[in-house]
Amino acid sequence: MSFDATFQEKKLKSVGTRPLRPDGVDKVTGRARYGADYNMPGQLVARVLRSPHAHARIVRIDTARAEGLKGVKAVITAADLPDLTNGNAALFAILDNCMARTKALYDGHAVAAVAAIDAKVARAALKLIEVEYEILPHVVDVDAAARPDAPVIDEGIFTSGVEPKPDSPSNVAARSEFGHGDVEAGFAKAEVIVERSYKTEQTHQGYIEPHACVANCNADGTADLWVCTQGHFVYRQNCADLLGLEVSKLRVTSSEIGGGFGGKTHVWAEPVALALSRKAGRPVKLVMSREEVFRASGPTSATSIDVKIGATRDGRITAATSTLRYTSGPYPDTWAEIGAMTSFACYDLENVKTVGFEVVVNRPKVAAYRAPSAPMAAFAVESAIDELAQEIGMDAVELRIKNAAQEGTRASYGPVYGPIGIGPTLDAARVHPHMSAPLGKNQGRGMACGFWFNFGGETCTDLNISADGTVTLAVGTVDVGGSRASLSLIAAEEMGIPYDDIKAVVADTATLGYNDMTDGSRGTFSSSMATISAARNAITVMRERAALMWDIPVEDVYWEEGQAKAAGSKYGNLSPLSVKDIAAEAGNTGGPIAGHSELVADGAGVSFATHICDVEVDPETGATSIVRYTVIQDAGKAVHPSYVEGQYQGGAAQGIGWALNEEYIYGEDGRLQNPGFLDYRIPVCSDLPMIDTQILEIPNPNHPYGVRGVGETSIVPPLAAVANAVSNAAGVRLSHVPISPPRILAALHKQARE
Amino acid sequence: MSAIAVSTTINGDDVEFLCQPDETLLDVLRNRLGLLGSKEGCGTGDCGACSTVMDGRVVCSCLVLGAEAEGHTIETIEGMAQGKDLHPLQRKFIEHAALQCGICTPGFLVTAKALLEVNPDPTEEEIRFWLAGNLCRCTGYDKIVRAVQDAAREMRGEVA
Repeated sequence: MSFDATFQEKKLKSVGTRPLRPDGVDKVTGRARYGADYNMPGQLVARVLRSPHAHARIVRIDTARAEGLKGVKAVITAADLPDLTNGNAALFAILDNCMARTKALYDGHAVAAVAAIDAKVARAALKLIEVEYEILPHVVDVDAAARPDAPVIDEGIFTSGVEPKPDSPSNVAARSEFGHGDVEAGFAKAEVIVERSYKTEQTHQGYIEPHACVANCNADGTADLWVCTQGHFVYRQNCADLLGLEVSKLRVTSSEIGGGFGGKTHVWAEPVALALSRKAGRPVKLVMSREEVFRASGPTSATSIDVKIGATRDGRITAATSTLRYTSGPYPDTWAEIGAMTSFACYDLENVKTVGFEVVVNRPKVAAYRAPSAPMAAFAVESAIDELAQEIGMDAVELRIKNAAQEGTRASYGPVYGPIGIGPTLDAARVHPHMSAPLGKNQGRGMACGFWFNFGGETCTDLNISADGTVTLAVGTVDVGGSRASLSLIAAEEMGIPYDDIKAVVADTATLGYNDMTDGSRGTFSSSMATISAARNAITVMRERAALMWDIPVEDVYWEEGQAKAAGSKYGNLSPLSVKDIAAEAGNTGGPIAGHSELVADGAGVSFATHICDVEVDPETGATSIVRYTVIQDAGKAVHPSYVEGQYQGGAAQGIGWALNEEYIYGEDGRLQNPGFLDYRIPVCSDLPMIDTQILEIPNPNHPYGVRGVGETSIVPPLAAVANAVSNAAGVRLSHVPISPPRILAALHKQARE
Repeated sequence: MSAIAVSTTINGDDVEFLCQPDETLLDVLRNRLGLLGSKEGCGTGDCGACSTVMDGRVVCSCLVLGAEAEGHTIETIEGMAQGKDLHPLQRKFIEHAALQCGICTPGFLVTAKALLEVNPDPTEEEIRFWLAGNLCRCTGYDKIVRAVQDAAREMRGEVA
């Protein structure tokens, strides 16, 4: 059925309220079941053997002694996961990342796995597996890896996107370019030019729940997988492809998910667990340790970025360029390309050029992390914009307002914007009380803007009406932070029934059609669209049933406030029929009543935010504390404002951690030195103040209620907002995040010497 | 190694179990007793997701051996609600949207309950430092702190 997703201005009753979440009681009583909270009869415990070397050829693996240990039921290596990828390079990278084939490409790369009767036996078995490595030169730093003399990680990589094709392999996998206008002409018109280089270190999504799954392969070709994931349908496809299973015979159930932030969009452990189960003939549970999560699951890119911005003295930017180098781990990917697309997306620029370089390194395969690639690009650009403001003596907010993109602006990455929120967030920041709050000694204020595309994608939703008129909503996007509440509100709104009459569940892959990953801030955007469509389809059915009950033409039945009503004065004595009335008669009017929807949710409205940050820097220790923090972001329409605020606050906190503390630290040997929460320090409760939020609502014209994704943009501005604040507080520019105490002290000492 | 027999009190009930000498209390709770509400986020005492109360003191159950529970009293998230009645902290966490993914929530609730038992009227700073051993990656802690403040007010009998 056709579905009109156009925004319609109307008064909303349910959407915008703050009811209790439907999974709340389960989650405060410990009853909610996450990845590691599921068990099967006869289940084995799996453990993975990982490379201690950053780069090494696997000469020989001998598993005989491990296989001989009492209690060991299966040992696998890459030989048990034959290459079925058929030339699909992206899929091969996933396969090779799950289990190293000829070379271990980073410290932590899986080389073998065992399934045993318990964890103790499994651990003992790992020690009995003999691996002979030929250690190869490694490289972990983004700039070092891009140099011509760097050890080449993959002899098959020749930089794509350059003409002519290079005649020798390198670690620079691809070049991408975006922009328009003539930047040389633009710089010629500039009266002030700021040109700077920036670096950001690799961080991890840091979800508190490690990857966990239970896999069961049956001899008849059917299989089950219980797993914490952001996308069980995608996991099903990947696992089926890698193991040669028929897609529909692999049933994947997504558990409650203990945080993902992009990190649970890629399979690692799941194909390994399935292969072990296939070999052992028993269910296998595989739970990663925290150390394994850090060493082997997807971190974000480390980056090195050059920015050049020219402007006239009145603050109009005449030209801007950025050159962005992003690590992708040992396999080529598109992280720099995304960074190049986002870097100047906030601004209306006549002349702009951005160039991205993908760099492979001996680090774990990069996975998405909340608005992937955008925070680093924004850090560089928003730092440079701040320096530009200082150079021309203009207020940092005013300079941004003067150059902000607006409706009709051609974005630096190509498209022309519809209605957008960058200007309104800046206007709100200018008059926000935070901007005039007094600053104390050693304190400084910074601000920055951020952009994210948002995504829609393939979505399928079922809405079933029970005999008592209550509604079950089955969605295929995983609930990462309250979407069952927001989608119940949407269904309540569209049908005109109470929120409490709706029970939303996340359906497994056998009971609902395909859904894309819950990423790109698409959960509430896309599934709400499918929910509205499904509800409208259900209403169509209910109108037909009401017409039958009344024995009048269906054209004369309309739906209003949760009831079927007969149109026109000739039916004056017909009382409206509620969902409950119609549902009670369903057995006599055609059977069960349901609404279904399968669609591609196009038109995800782009998202913008402006953040303001106050810090205090201790000049003796270099320690920074966050004094005040404000997030202003466009939500399109906040469906459940509490959880929108939560997304704003959570993203800000992650960005603050990235800005101040979090980084992967590698030794000279290429081994990760801080694979634990003690040494990889994410913000704790005492590190942060309350995080103030302001929700703006500039309706997305492509969604019936104006909804935009809200999940990711909030992590984009903090790196620069914090860096700008620290630079203002310390009186010295910090251009390398995290801005940890040693880096601040080094900058202060350097300044004192000069 | 042979198993050790342990007699303990968990959430007010007498509980006996057998465990290996090197098995943690968290492993015992989760794998032997079916008390899956305590979560393992790190296994090294850094995240607080496995927080339980042992003789009135908050501990990371991943750093306590199962055998050490002998003769002691253990309280877990499963014992926090009284039948159908949620503890005020549990209600306030839901009301304030103080959880997103919820994996850290049991640990926060167990730890916050222990705080309010020794300090019924904590300042924001006292709450933040008491909860500093519990990691949350979703919320930025804002709504967690507010939920604890509101629960404390209610438990003190003040109008929220």
